[in-house]
Amino acid sequence: MLDDLRDLYQEVIFDHNRNPRNFRVMEDADRQIDGFNPLCGDRLTLFIKLDDGKIIDASFQGQGCAISTASASLMTDIIKGQSEQEAQQLFALFHKMATGEQVEMDDLGKLAVLAGVCEYPARVKCATLPWHTLDALLKGAEEPVTTE
Amino acid sequence: MNKAVENIRPYDVDSIRQDFPVLHQQVHGKPLVYLDNAATSQKPKAVIDSLVHYYQNDNANIHRGVHTLSERATLSYENSRKKVQCFLNAASEKEIVFTRGATEAINLVANAYAQTLKANDEVLITAMEHHSNIVPWQMLCEKTGAILKVAPINEQGELILDQFEALISKKTKFAAISHMSNALGSINPIKQLIDLLHQHDIPVLIDGAQAIPHIAVDVQALGCDFYVFSGHKLYAPTGIGALYGKLELLEKMAPYQGGGDMISVVTFDKTVYSKVPYKFEAGTPNIAGTIGLGAALDYVNSIGLDAIAAHEDSLLVYATEQAKRIDKLRIIGTAKQKGAILSFVLDGIHPHDIGTMMDHQGIAIRAGHHCAMPVMDFFAVPATARASFAMYNTHQEVDALMAGIENLIEMFG
Repeated sequence: MLDDLRDLYQEVIFDHNRNPRNFRVMEDADRQIDGFNPLCGDRLTLFIKLDDGKIIDASFQGQGCAISTASASLMTDIIKGQSEQEAQQLFALFHKMATGEQVEMDDLGKLAVLAGVCEYPARVKCATLPWHTLDALLKGAEEPVTTE
Repeated sequence: MNKAVENIRPYDVDSIRQDFPVLHQQVHGKPLVYLDNAATSQKPKAVIDSLVHYYQNDNANIHRGVHTLSERATLSYENSRKKVQCFLNAASEKEIVFTRGATEAINLVANAYAQTLKANDEVLITAMEHHSNIVPWQMLCEKTGAILKVAPINEQGELILDQFEALISKKTKFAAISHMSNALGSINPIKQLIDLLHQHDIPVLIDGAQAIPHIAVDVQALGCDFYVFSGHKLYAPTGIGALYGKLELLEKMAPYQGGGDMISVVTFDKTVYSKVPYKFEAGTPNIAGTIGLGAALDYVNSIGLDAIAAHEDSLLVYATEQAKRIDKLRIIGTAKQKGAILSFVLDGIHPHDIGTMMDHQGIAIRAGHHCAMPVMDFFAVPATARASFAMYNTHQEVDALMAGIENLIEMFG
């Protein structure tokens, strides 16, 4: 009945939603910031630890739908070990994918499971909220980020 | 006589559905099941036709032209005012001000009272208000230094009456209360609350945005000072609504916006405002929408609000019974007095995922905070899913809703 939804809700997404990776408060974080989607009320707090311009640890806490939880889970996994610049490039690429622009899927690795979201305009912000939050955090923002 | 005849006619939901063209379509290959009526209702053909008729035959500006079309447009516009007056049983048509909707009507009143309230006066609202009955009062408080007091609700989503009463004091200068909660469905005992507030000479505004399609309102019997509603939840077009206000209060209130149609004399030294209700209707209004609202009221009256309410109530009772069979489902809002709204959460499944998955089955529900973030905070949920029923919904659609929920629970695993 809901098979055609599998483009959006791939098994990997359910898996990350059920068991989100890096879902914890980081007491010794170098930076943390809140992200908020006022449209739906989803909130997350993102934490990172940096060493010499490299993200050595990332985690998050919050409440969101399966898409935003999986996106935050995948994101915190993939940016670990990346330089700030690499993470920002990946954000730009992810944003393009989520909004339906042509991108090389290989460059996105595991994040490609979220590609289906571009077909659901009401859900794009669910997938991009963690990334907008990361982008603001890397740019040194301290105020909570909103998707609006 | 007519009313008696209407009342004995059995409720024919199939025939009502025929009057709503939008219902007859497929979404994602499934028949549309429209259960987002608390956000906005669908429009019967009679309303759509009234708009087409107006634009094809009578389109003109009102209250100023001496030509035939302007006279026709003015007549239709003012007829709608009389229809609203009858619908609310207001004493005079002068007590009906057309606005863009309930939100604008509340802002109009809050704006006027901002000129009479002062620092440390209090405005009393309830914890179940929609943002539209919170924010205008917060803005009033910012302007005047007045304090917003919020009467709490209980776990069922009912107003706690003795705590409401305890918040009333000599400082209370205004109260604004929803007739029916959009997020929970709770119906407030407004007659009792109005009487209580009036014992303390406190003017009260009732936000009828949710109640108006479900509950017959008699503003004279209620005795409320203001009653506001939006047309679009009552089968009328968007962008039109009304404010009922007691004449003596409206006359004392400052205008909301300045412009044409709200004046009687303008010089560069001084402007004399029109009388009520025109004082509050600056600029060319939503003429077509107003005529559409009149057509919607005619349509609702032709079915009978009591019959509609009884039908919706049977849908709610059935949906509530069925929902209780689903283990993972928790109903948010279980007030004893409740309108046709079923707000719920599913264990481990976010309402937005529910919304998308229901849409894929052709079922339109609302998922989110319903412009009532404080209500979500109270129930410690980020959002809820909400099915809301209207005159054209069926018991089969309730079955489709429940099957849809079972399907998505299975998919989530």
